[in-house]
Amino acid sequence: MILARPLATAAALLLGTSALFAQEAEPAVIFDLGGKFDRSFNQASYEGAERFKAETGVGYHEFELQSDAQREQALRRFAEQGYNPVVVAGFSNESAVKTVAPDYPDTDFVVIDAVVDLPNVRSVVFREEEGSYLVGLLAAMASKTGEVGFVGGMDIPLIQKFACGYVQGVKDTNPEATVLQAMTGTTGAAWNDPVRGGELAKSQIDQGADVIYHAAGGTGIGVLQAAADAGKLGIGVDSNQDYLHPGNMLTSMLKRVDVATYTAMMDAKNGSWTPGVQVLGLAQDGVGYAVDEYNKPLLTPEMLAAAEEAKAKIISGEIKVHDFTTDGSCPAK
Amino acid sequence: MDPETLLQLAGSSLRLATPLLLACLAGLWSERAGIFDIGLEGKMLAAAFTAGAFAAVTGSAWLGLLGGIGASLLLGLLHGFASITLRGNQIISGVAINFLASGLTALVGQNWFHQGGLTPQLSGAARFEPITLPFAAALSQVPVLGPVYAGLVSDHNILLYLALAAVPLTWWALHRTRFGLRLRAVGENPAAVDTAGISVTRLRYGAALIAGLLCGIAGAYLSTAMAAGFTREMTAGKGFIALAALVFAKWRPWPALGACLLFGLLEAIGIRYQTITLLGWTVPVQLMQALPYILTVVILAGFVGRAVPPRAGGRPYVKER
Repeated sequence: MILARPLATAAALLLGTSALFAQEAEPAVIFDLGGKFDRSFNQASYEGAERFKAETGVGYHEFELQSDAQREQALRRFAEQGYNPVVVAGFSNESAVKTVAPDYPDTDFVVIDAVVDLPNVRSVVFREEEGSYLVGLLAAMASKTGEVGFVGGMDIPLIQKFACGYVQGVKDTNPEATVLQAMTGTTGAAWNDPVRGGELAKSQIDQGADVIYHAAGGTGIGVLQAAADAGKLGIGVDSNQDYLHPGNMLTSMLKRVDVATYTAMMDAKNGSWTPGVQVLGLAQDGVGYAVDEYNKPLLTPEMLAAAEEAKAKIISGEIKVHDFTTDGSCPAK
Repeated sequence: MDPETLLQLAGSSLRLATPLLLACLAGLWSERAGIFDIGLEGKMLAAAFTAGAFAAVTGSAWLGLLGGIGASLLLGLLHGFASITLRGNQIISGVAINFLASGLTALVGQNWFHQGGLTPQLSGAARFEPITLPFAAALSQVPVLGPVYAGLVSDHNILLYLALAAVPLTWWALHRTRFGLRLRAVGENPAAVDTAGISVTRLRYGAALIAGLLCGIAGAYLSTAMAAGFTREMTAGKGFIALAALVFAKWRPWPALGACLLFGLLEAIGIRYQTITLLGWTVPVQLMQALPYILTVVILAGFVGRAVPPRAGGRPYVKER
């Protein structure tokens, strides 16, 4: 073992220089806190990787982060072992990628939800506010009380971006409506606390909310559960979560992290990988709302028509959805 | 603040206080018998996992509860074996149990269900659903009492009522029965109990088992009543807050109820009022969420007075030779 490691590293270095290696290297993916099976953000990334595996027959390696300290370690380990590309999902990985990527110029890094400006990094960000606007519109139309809720995970600008788009969508549809907003916490643990999520949702339901949208990863499972328990409607996020509580899920705001992961792996395999920033919005089908057999009965033709109309207007630029992260404030309250 | 809001806040406090209360009483039983129990958190976590897993597999919340209690009892016995039979350091044993539970739940969960340490989502009979007490609908028209009965007393799950019932039971057993008297004596002066011809070891094991039972119910409450399934580290430090409540309550059952309700209320306020504007200044969310912890420190440091733990607490009993 002691001998084998330097040898393997040397071999990897040798191989790393050849073009052949670049094609045969297996990709690696790193899941953020909250876990691979959060039925939301990380799971979307996982599904993208699984799709790549199913279609190409090429396996991939994965790592689930348990703490912040592991971010750099995991990136370094995968780069060291010659995996390519290394896909890492989650805004918290920005600084880790910034530190690690320059040390491994031959490895392609893909960071989702953050922007890192380096020659061997592709950054994928989404226009979450556009998708949130549409589910906000649907929420406002579905609500009978005129009160809707939002439960966020960690209190960070990215989640405020979801909230802001949602509020704007609600208000544009029904100016009289009230939006109750809550954040789960201020640390990474806020992504994985369904008990607290459920209690936050119950509190909003007590105050009259009958549609609740979450952007809280694993915490959101508790939010949707509480909404379903009370016979109200929940709105899922990132992955299509409609199947969790059929009849009590209005829709899900899709953020195609799976597509981002899949495309990155495919591009690297086909040799068409490019660094730079990719912004995926409604126009690129990077975000959207889910319609499937579970929520069909809840969405009336009027609602769908209104959502499609708004979607077209957002793409054409007629409706401008505010991006919270540009100025740190939200015009819609 | 209108009365309805007050009721909702009180209901939320009750729900949030229940796991704390059960864990706090567990700690009370254990520590009154002279065994410090840092492992409340671990026992709760193991119970939450086992309850969630058993309920998912069998489809019955009650079997889940039994499984949860079983797991917690095993860890209780382990703690007893290390600290009573082997006379090891009770703090170290407790810390070890916390680590053991944290690691085991994730590992077993991953290998069992392949969902990254989560258990499958529970629904229907696999969960403890809220029960509506009789006459809740009929009485709700009665002023004052009606809404309180329908909105606060009724519509909780059975484990919450069980937790509330555990308070008078604990008080009665500790202060009105021979077993309780002996148990308290073991925590104060085990040599005297031994001289009277009563087995210190057996009493302490009894206490460890009762603590295990209560932690088991607390864990099952988390995964099968409050949430619908187990998630990693779902106890989120509740075992330690329960320990703080125990000190705050000076190791007595009724004050323990008060302390846990207070912590529950603080958390409920933090959840409900994320943004409060006071005199034109918006209180930041961070402050609201840290409030329970800040107040814990303030209360423990300033308002409790001297909290004296059971005199023999933390010391293994060695017979004089």
